[in-house]
Amino acid sequence: MDLINIFIKAAFIDNMVLAYFLGMCSYLAVSKTVKTAFGLGLAVIFVLGITMPINWLINNYLLDGAINGLDLTFLRLILFIAVIASMVQLVEMVIEKVSPALYNSLGIFLPLITVNCAILGGSLFMVAREYDFAESIAFGLGGGFGWFLAIIAIAAIREKIRYSDVPPALRGLGMAFILTGLMGIAFMSLMGIDPAALTGTK
Amino acid sequence: MAEATTAAKSAAAKSEPFFGKKEKVLITDPLYENNPITVQVLGICSALAVTSLIYPSLVISVAVVFVCGFSSLITSLLRTRIPKSIRMIVQLVIIATLVTAVELSLKYFSYPVYKDLSVYIGLIITNCIVMGRLEAFAMANKPWRSFLDGIGNGLGYGAILLMVAFFREFFGKGSLFAGSPAEMKIIGSNPDYFINTMAESGIGSMFSWYSNNNLMVLPAAAMFLIGIFIWIQRSRTPKLVDVS
Repeated sequence: MDLINIFIKAAFIDNMVLAYFLGMCSYLAVSKTVKTAFGLGLAVIFVLGITMPINWLINNYLLDGAINGLDLTFLRLILFIAVIASMVQLVEMVIEKVSPALYNSLGIFLPLITVNCAILGGSLFMVAREYDFAESIAFGLGGGFGWFLAIIAIAAIREKIRYSDVPPALRGLGMAFILTGLMGIAFMSLMGIDPAALTGTK
Repeated sequence: MAEATTAAKSAAAKSEPFFGKKEKVLITDPLYENNPITVQVLGICSALAVTSLIYPSLVISVAVVFVCGFSSLITSLLRTRIPKSIRMIVQLVIIATLVTAVELSLKYFSYPVYKDLSVYIGLIITNCIVMGRLEAFAMANKPWRSFLDGIGNGLGYGAILLMVAFFREFFGKGSLFAGSPAEMKIIGSNPDYFINTMAESGIGSMFSWYSNNNLMVLPAAAMFLIGIFIWIQRSRTPKLVDVS
C-alpha cells in the first residue's frame, strides 16, 4: 500500500513537470504533436524506472561509506549522470535491435532523455527523501507516469489551440508557457493531499 | 596538446583581434536576439523553481555563467580528441566536474543558500544551455570564442532569471534581495518594512489596500512571466515569431 501511495504522490501530487517544473526543455520542445509526445513519454517512464533503482544501489552500496567507511558522496552527481547516459545509450541499442519500428518513431528523442532534468532530478529527490529500494522503483515509475501524463496533456492542448485566434507574437512557444502555468495551478489543487491518510494506512 | 592549443591561440590572435566586433556579438547576441530561454528554449528546467527570490537566482546565474563558460573552454580545447560516439558522456563528465566544484564551494562559503538550492545546483548538469552550447558551438570553434559564447549564454540566461525573480519577489513578498546582506524590505504589513501597510499615518496609511500577490510565489507565475516576456520580445522583433 505504501508503494502505491508513493506512486500516486509522485505521479499526481508531486508531478515532476507541473509541480516541480523539471524536464521542461524536452517537454516544451517535443510537445507539438501527441504522437511524438507519446513516444517520448513512454521512453521517460522506462528510463526513470530503470535508472532510479540502479542509482539507489550505487548511492547505498558505493557512496555512503560502504567502502572502508569512505564518504564518497561528492562523486554522486558524476556517477548518477554517467549511469543515466549509459542507460539511455543501452536502451537505445536494445530498442534498435528488438523493435526497429519503435526505434525509428522515437528518433532523436531517445538520446535527448539524457539531458532531461526530470531523470537526474528524480535520482536526487530519491536521495534527499531517503527512499528504500522498492520505494525508489515506485517513485521512478510514478514520476515517469506523471511526466508522461503532463506531456500528453500539453501536446493535445497545443494541437487544438493551433485553430484558435492567438496573437501572432504569442503563438507557439509563448502560449505553451502560459498554458503550462495554468496547468501547474490546476495541479496545485492536489497539493497537500496525503494519499496515506486517504487510504487509511496511516 | 598544450603546444597545439597555444599555437591555435596565437594563430587566432594574429588573424583577428583579441576582442573585436565578432567577439562582442558572441556576448551580446544571447542577451536579446538569441536568448537561451525565450528564443532557444533551453535551460528552463532548473530555472523556474529558484526564481521566487532574487538572491538564489543570482547565485544560480553566477554558477551557470561559470559552468557554461569553462565547460565550453575545456570542451573546445579537447574537441579534436573526443571520439564522436562517446562525446555526450565526455561532455557530461566535464560539466559534472565543474558543477561539483561549484556545489562544494557554495557549501563552504554559504551553507544556508546551499541548503536551499542543493537539488537545483546539481541540476545545472542537465541544464540544456550548457550541453546545447557545447554541442552547437564549442565542438566546432576555437577555445577563446567558445569561452565567450558560453559566458554570453550564461549571462542571457541570468538576465531572464533575474527579471523573473524581481517581479516574483517584489510583488509576491514585497522585498528585494531577501536572505542576502543587501536585503531591502519595501512593502509589507509590519513595521520592518519601508512602507508599512498597517501604519496609522504616513505613507503606509495610503497603501492600506495593498497586499502581496500570492500567485507570484507559485512556480506557475514564472511560466506566465516568461510567456509575457516572449510576447513582448516577439512583438518588438517580428522576425522571431513562430510561423507554424
